[in-house]
Amino acid sequence: MELNELSIKLASFETEGANFESFLIANEGEQDVLQVIVDGNDELPIFVTQTEEQLVCISYLFNENEVKPELLNELNEALLKLNVPIPLSAFAKIDEQYAIFGALAVSSSIDEITHELVTLADNAIEALDAVTMYLND
Amino acid sequence: MSILKKLFTAVRGGAREVGESIVDANGIRIFEQEIADAKNALAKAKKSLTEVMAKEMQTKRKLASLEDSIIEHENYAGEALEKGNEALAVEIAEKISEFEDERAEHQQVLDGFSKHVILLKQQIKEAEKSIKENQRQLTMVKTTDSVQKATMAVNSTLNTNESSMVNARQSLERIKQRQQDRQDQLAAAKELEAAASGADLKAKMAEAGIGSTPKSNDILERIKAKQNK
Repeated sequence: MELNELSIKLASFETEGANFESFLIANEGEQDVLQVIVDGNDELPIFVTQTEEQLVCISYLFNENEVKPELLNELNEALLKLNVPIPLSAFAKIDEQYAIFGALAVSSSIDEITHELVTLADNAIEALDAVTMYLND
Repeated sequence: MSILKKLFTAVRGGAREVGESIVDANGIRIFEQEIADAKNALAKAKKSLTEVMAKEMQTKRKLASLEDSIIEHENYAGEALEKGNEALAVEIAEKISEFEDERAEHQQVLDGFSKHVILLKQQIKEAEKSIKENQRQLTMVKTTDSVQKATMAVNSTLNTNESSMVNARQSLERIKQRQQDRQDQLAAAKELEAAASGADLKAKMAEAGIGSTPKSNDILERIKAKQNK
């Protein structure tokens, strides 16, 4: 599914009690990104990127400079350990940003994509809530 | 070196500037070229394979017909001997010898074709493996590249929108506040609905014993009062 098609479908889609807003960050000749907001939580948007094989959905959680320096290692280890139990999503780091992400096959249906988005959005909020103890006050 | 190892090296130590490309466009082109080359080789090998297999079959047919001819002529030679025609038998034997030479030649050709088929099948397997492997690595390279470009696009949008530049703690507070607001709204709506339907007030009055006496009781009292008059 193309990103603009996904955007149109999301506008009228509701699943698992959640609704979606989305807009395309057009990036001429480079990589298009679809910004998706689940249930109005625009603080933790999900950025959807399409490659030839997969749809990558990323939500940025916090910057490394927000982490208490003395707890950085402990946090990294905790995130690695939580990667497997957390459903459908995994933790990642992109440049200085910690993120949570999920990847789907490009052939995924709208139901699969929205399920991923809703799960990712929930995971992102829960993850952020769980790691606040590691963040600067 | 595998792509994953290269990526590890690029990521390690943070020698890279933020936004600086982990994979150069050249790397992607090289992979794409390698895949294209392998696909070409694969197509060629498959075409050769069908050709060689066709020739192999032709040669096998030829060998079978030679075999038939030899048996046939052996029978003829036998018949000639039975009829005491030794001269003809010798002539037939010479013909058989020709057939046998031809058979040996074709057998050699067939062996050559059979070896070629094995070789081509091996090449096809290798080309297919190489395509699959290169495609897997290309996916890694391309995903790294897309995610990086996407991040840059996202960053440039966020940077132009100051209000989004809040830290994670603030974000979480806001989300929790929103979730709480929603719950409050839901509870308030329920309360409102209960009040509108009057259920709330009636319930309160009933509890206080007001207005809840059944009408039939009143009527009965009234009738009794009339009878007593």
